[in-house]
Amino acid sequence: MAIFVFVAFVVFVVGLSLYLGNKAKTSSGYYAAGGNIHWGVNGIAFAGDYLSAASFLGICGLIATVGYDGFLYSIGYLAGWIVALFVVAEPLKKLGKYTFTDAVDAKYNSRGIKLAAAVSTLVVSICYLIPQMVGAGVLVEPLLGIPHAWGVMMVGAIVITIVATAGMASTTYVQFLKGALLIVFSSVLVGAVVIRGLSTMPDQGGAVPFYKYSHIEATKADGKIQAASVDLLEQIDIKGGLTFVRLNHDGREAWWYASETDGTVTLKESQSVVAKANGKWINGAPESEENQLRQVGNLEKVRGQTNIEPVSMSLFEFLAAITDKDTIVRTWKNASFINSAGEKVTVYYPHDVAGDRIMRPGLKFKVEGTLLERLDFLSLMLALFLGTAALPHILIRYYTVSSPASARKSTIVAIAAIGFFYILTLFMGLGAMVSGTMNPADSNMAAPLLARSFGELLFAIISAIAFATVLGTVSGLIVAASGAVAHDLFDRYFQIKMDDRQKVMAGKVSAFAIGGIAIVLGIIFKGMNVSFLVGLAFAVAASANLPAIVMLLFWKKTTARGIAASIVVGIVSSLVLIALSPELFTLYGMNPLDAPIPFSNPGIFSIPLSFITLVAVSLLTQKKETAAA
Amino acid sequence: MLHEPATHAGKDPAGPYKMRLGVWMFIFYALFYAGFVAINLLSPQAMGAIVFAGLNLATVYGMALIIVAFIEALIYNAMCSKKEAELERKAPKGKKAASKSNKKGRA
Repeated sequence: MAIFVFVAFVVFVVGLSLYLGNKAKTSSGYYAAGGNIHWGVNGIAFAGDYLSAASFLGICGLIATVGYDGFLYSIGYLAGWIVALFVVAEPLKKLGKYTFTDAVDAKYNSRGIKLAAAVSTLVVSICYLIPQMVGAGVLVEPLLGIPHAWGVMMVGAIVITIVATAGMASTTYVQFLKGALLIVFSSVLVGAVVIRGLSTMPDQGGAVPFYKYSHIEATKADGKIQAASVDLLEQIDIKGGLTFVRLNHDGREAWWYASETDGTVTLKESQSVVAKANGKWINGAPESEENQLRQVGNLEKVRGQTNIEPVSMSLFEFLAAITDKDTIVRTWKNASFINSAGEKVTVYYPHDVAGDRIMRPGLKFKVEGTLLERLDFLSLMLALFLGTAALPHILIRYYTVSSPASARKSTIVAIAAIGFFYILTLFMGLGAMVSGTMNPADSNMAAPLLARSFGELLFAIISAIAFATVLGTVSGLIVAASGAVAHDLFDRYFQIKMDDRQKVMAGKVSAFAIGGIAIVLGIIFKGMNVSFLVGLAFAVAASANLPAIVMLLFWKKTTARGIAASIVVGIVSSLVLIALSPELFTLYGMNPLDAPIPFSNPGIFSIPLSFITLVAVSLLTQKKETAAA
Repeated sequence: MLHEPATHAGKDPAGPYKMRLGVWMFIFYALFYAGFVAINLLSPQAMGAIVFAGLNLATVYGMALIIVAFIEALIYNAMCSKKEAELERKAPKGKKAASKSNKKGRA
């Protein structure tokens, strides 16, 4: 079923692109869909462009694992549209032609701005492309049963076809279709979640019997755990005070988590993956089609009550029941270590959290932590707020409508559609958290797996939409990046003489090249956290592009050199701060505590630095540019 | 010679009004957003307080940030459209065409 829906969608999208192919014979047609897209269509296409794999898969997965902290991304991403509407939409439409560079360079015709803005567009677009392509592989692998690399190549080939046949016209309609389907079927999924209601024994509508995890009381003497009823075969104490024991339970050797509260030790049944010489062992037996990690996530208590059968509820009742201080949510954490046989063991262990703790910030972002941890949170919220209006692939959508008023109206449609979707993410994420549908090893599949608990048809549709999500966003990114190469660099910076047909051809060739690079990067970065990379793109965009846009519009003393310098400083400072952050040190395989920069979100430093650079350089170059003019 | 925009918008007499309005509405929303971030940083426990229909401050404030964004957007559009129509009525006949192209534009 899933394969049929998926293939039908791809055939439709490619067919549509071929049909629209004749609209991309001029530069205006290729880069801006002729500038005559209706504002309503453009608004939904904005939603289709913006709601990437990170929004749909990433945020739902994050809410399903850390609760409200995931919803902070929804709030920040939506708030960013206010900057786009009130500050950027109409002026950008008036100034620009095809690309972000056109708008910032409109008043100056400066080679420095052209080069800096084109590089910025490429850097931001590629930062954004990597997680989309990685997400595509993650999605296609289980859906079609093909390896990650083939999944990435297939997505790349489809997107290149979409962009190279009809440029922004086909990209717009693919994004419109995807945006509309995403909102409609996410609403269906949320409706299904609240109609099914909450239960302490979720069984996916009877399809998957609820698995009750056991626990055993134990004691601890001289650091050694002892339990009378079972044989303890091995004990591992790892950094951070976590203890795991290997024991024989019901004839199976498995790893359990030793939880210690107020001097009482409880051994909690967990799930484990052991990498043995002869292959993976899951929960004490060799991996097979039948022996996989069990899906998890449930409520241990609803308002203090156990053994609750599912009852339909309203949207408010659903949230209020989870928020209650006497509701206990069973979430799952993981830890890895090397056992006495030298094998790598990953244990997925239960972690019970009160509902009122799940539903306020703090599980991921340490708002009650040290000053640096709070600063990191502030930095993230700043980058999310200021990043949207500086994303080149979003800004170019303003050129596809006919007038500044249409740009404004399409932004309002986008805010309505995106805001509505982000409210749905809270219900989808929490639904996945408590419905016994979470894959403990991969939170990115939270929404599709939640859909599968309502039957194969909804799973097939949601999976196809998740795939369309990748197609829509990647198409927009490739149009933006190919515009930076073919239009900003070849045509405007290097001033290579081309007629209009050749300019379109240059755009298409660039789309092929960037699509190829995206495929390679999607394969190389397999397994990397997709949400983190999107956050990185927002921080780079907010640092490099936003100061230029804002000061260009509101400060008359802004000079071309000031803009070029601020873009360069914004890119370099944000990338350097990210490269030296604890998160990247973990990726390098180094100790994150050795990272010279103690926070992961650079915006709070790189955004003001870029603004200061623009002001300082503009003031220093006033006379020079006035004289040149 | 400058690189001309794809769509010739014409002169927009409502431009300064819309820019001023946009800046004020942006400041209002930015303060509302800053309030949310500040409570999280200065008094994170307060986010857990139940404020409406069993929902806590974090949920209500978060939802409000999304809903207020939409309401502000509608108000902004209504005020801009009203001003554009008003100035278009007042504009001399020759200038109306330019103003109209800003409002509706052409491909």
